[in-house]
Amino acid sequence: MNRSTFTSFVLLILVSGSFLLTGCQSDPQISGEEQAVLTYAPAVPAAITRNHPTKVIIELETTEEVKRLADGVEYTFWTFGGEVPGKFIRVREGDFVEFHLNNHPDSKMPHNIDLHAVTGPGGGAASSFTAPGTGSTFSFTAANPGLYVYHCATAPVGMHVANGMYGLILVEPKEGLPPVDKEYYVMQSEFYTGGEYGEPGLQPFDMQKAVDEDADYVVFNGSVGAMTGDNAITAEVGDRVRLYIGNGGPNLVSSFHVIGEIFDLVYTEGGTVANQENVQTTLVPAGGSAMVEFTVDVPGTFILVDHSIFRAFNKGALGMLTVTGEEDLDMYSGKQEETVYLPEGGAIQEIPGGAPEPPTAQTIAERMDAGARIYAANCAACHQPEGQGLAGAFPPLAGSDYLLEDTDRAIRALINGLSGPITVNGVDYNGVMPAVRLSDEEVANVLTFINKSWGNDGAEVTPSTVTRVRSSH
Amino acid sequence: MVKVEGGTYGALYRAPDEPSRISVDAFLMAVDPVTNQQFLDFVMENPKWRRSNVSPLFASEAYLHHWASDSTLGVAHPEQPVTNVSWFAAQAYARWADARLPTVAEWEYVAGASSTSADGRSDPEFLAGVLSATNAPGGGPLGLTGNSPANYWGIRDMHGLVWEWTSDFNSALVTGESRGDSGLDRKLFCGAGVIGASDFTDYAAFLRFSYRGGLSASYAGSRLGFRIARSLPPPS
Repeated sequence: MNRSTFTSFVLLILVSGSFLLTGCQSDPQISGEEQAVLTYAPAVPAAITRNHPTKVIIELETTEEVKRLADGVEYTFWTFGGEVPGKFIRVREGDFVEFHLNNHPDSKMPHNIDLHAVTGPGGGAASSFTAPGTGSTFSFTAANPGLYVYHCATAPVGMHVANGMYGLILVEPKEGLPPVDKEYYVMQSEFYTGGEYGEPGLQPFDMQKAVDEDADYVVFNGSVGAMTGDNAITAEVGDRVRLYIGNGGPNLVSSFHVIGEIFDLVYTEGGTVANQENVQTTLVPAGGSAMVEFTVDVPGTFILVDHSIFRAFNKGALGMLTVTGEEDLDMYSGKQEETVYLPEGGAIQEIPGGAPEPPTAQTIAERMDAGARIYAANCAACHQPEGQGLAGAFPPLAGSDYLLEDTDRAIRALINGLSGPITVNGVDYNGVMPAVRLSDEEVANVLTFINKSWGNDGAEVTPSTVTRVRSSH
Repeated sequence: MVKVEGGTYGALYRAPDEPSRISVDAFLMAVDPVTNQQFLDFVMENPKWRRSNVSPLFASEAYLHHWASDSTLGVAHPEQPVTNVSWFAAQAYARWADARLPTVAEWEYVAGASSTSADGRSDPEFLAGVLSATNAPGGGPLGLTGNSPANYWGIRDMHGLVWEWTSDFNSALVTGESRGDSGLDRKLFCGAGVIGASDFTDYAAFLRFSYRGGLSASYAGSRLGFRIARSLPPPS
């Protein structure tokens, strides 16, 4: 098509409305210019409404700064835009991107950027090598739609990535993505620190652990608790939710899962075809991505995990999606009934001579011993073996003011369960603890154990106290 | 200055036709990096290196911008290492001081000395300490020279205080794209041959080489200073 007919064709589109565009094979020419709006996780820039490509100017600054990795733990992060993960970039297929990478004067290291969305040597890395206090400019055409990782590729590349230099760039297909109610940016990555998980203070990067792929922290959005409690992402019942999931690595592949949800659609590895339906867990490669969509049907807290599950329990790979709205008991009833289960037959079985009474603790030492076993079997998975809890998800029992200031309340928490916001040692939690099916003797034993372990100086709890609390309801 | 005995240094990057160890002749090296006060003395005697006079070919806009003026330090402490100096300015200072900048090989050779050994590179604890010092956050005021313990040669602050110019910084063998440096077609930059680097564990050295790779001779940065060296007369 020659230039004049093309121009009149564009005019025709403008007059007739954009629906004609869907029948058009070639995309309109680049027109206009705009400054990209970049967002910090978990926010995502608004969907692009343009029906033509444009020139997009992106400015991103690399910094090196000490920030929180977990409660009491700090780390020297190297960042794109001041936070880990780096700012989310959203452009449209066909856009001409003018990229300005500026390295803060206080940086000690040179940095660059390799955008997986770029076709060209190094993905921009060779053109964006930037010493502290300088800036580099390069440009590229966002030719291929999809969700792409970007990262720093300066030697030693593993260390630049391990220190936090990654983020996501979404190249929206020219026809756009299906509209949804909520979009969020979730990026997993791991950290290798001199001290073990939770060891307080400013932790150095541990090169040997990184080489051995022995991560101390596996986190969503840059730190333990970045997506839990008050930082949870939110939705309302009936919302269609899309997650843009990235994995910065540097080493580990993520088995991304949302507890209690099924992904209606998965764009595997961040490609543009929603190629799978009804997925429980999707693999997100290091240096790769995925997009998932689902509709939330019932209210509650849905936990985002790396289902390589020790990473969730012991290394911080936990996030929360809090859904509010009306219950749908047909979709999910909650517990309706609890019955005795006897595989041998229906009737209540009587052991001749009567069942032996379970031994009852006669001394505090016996109570402690029995309590320790009950704790290991019922409590330690969440509250952790030393009662230290898991920051952002499960409150500590060791030194817990909430526990120690009200024994009756603690008993009620055990026999009835506990949900909703509580404050423990000044930190807010908003989770759910299920009721624990224990006898009065067992509740007394485990609470005595908790009250007198890990430096706690609480009192012995007797079965008769538990009986009193139970019967008061 | 103190005397550094000759020896060999295991180059991080080398061309396939280069020996794996580069020999370094005995030479003299300054105990500390050049300070603000010393550089001020130089500038006062050499007006063309004053901030307002210097040619933009030889120094970027950041040149000495942390000083109060051409001839006063202001908040810059006299005993802090001088920073925001270009390679050209560092060269000029060295000539004025009847000295020269150390070569990369000389600098790295000295940087490999621990407090007890001329070659600390086989000591994981030493390497970890160097990496941690190199990796300490930037920003905030620079420390003063002379406060860190001396290494085997009696030389201080090789790691962590400031980066330092070397005479042949631009032969540093890393391009911007680290993974491209091992490609055969990048020999001009990396000289790396197939294997690329001789030691994959000395991350602090990788950081130094990549830092040097990002420099151009007129660059001036707030964490980049220099120290001087001097050749010894050949033995008669």
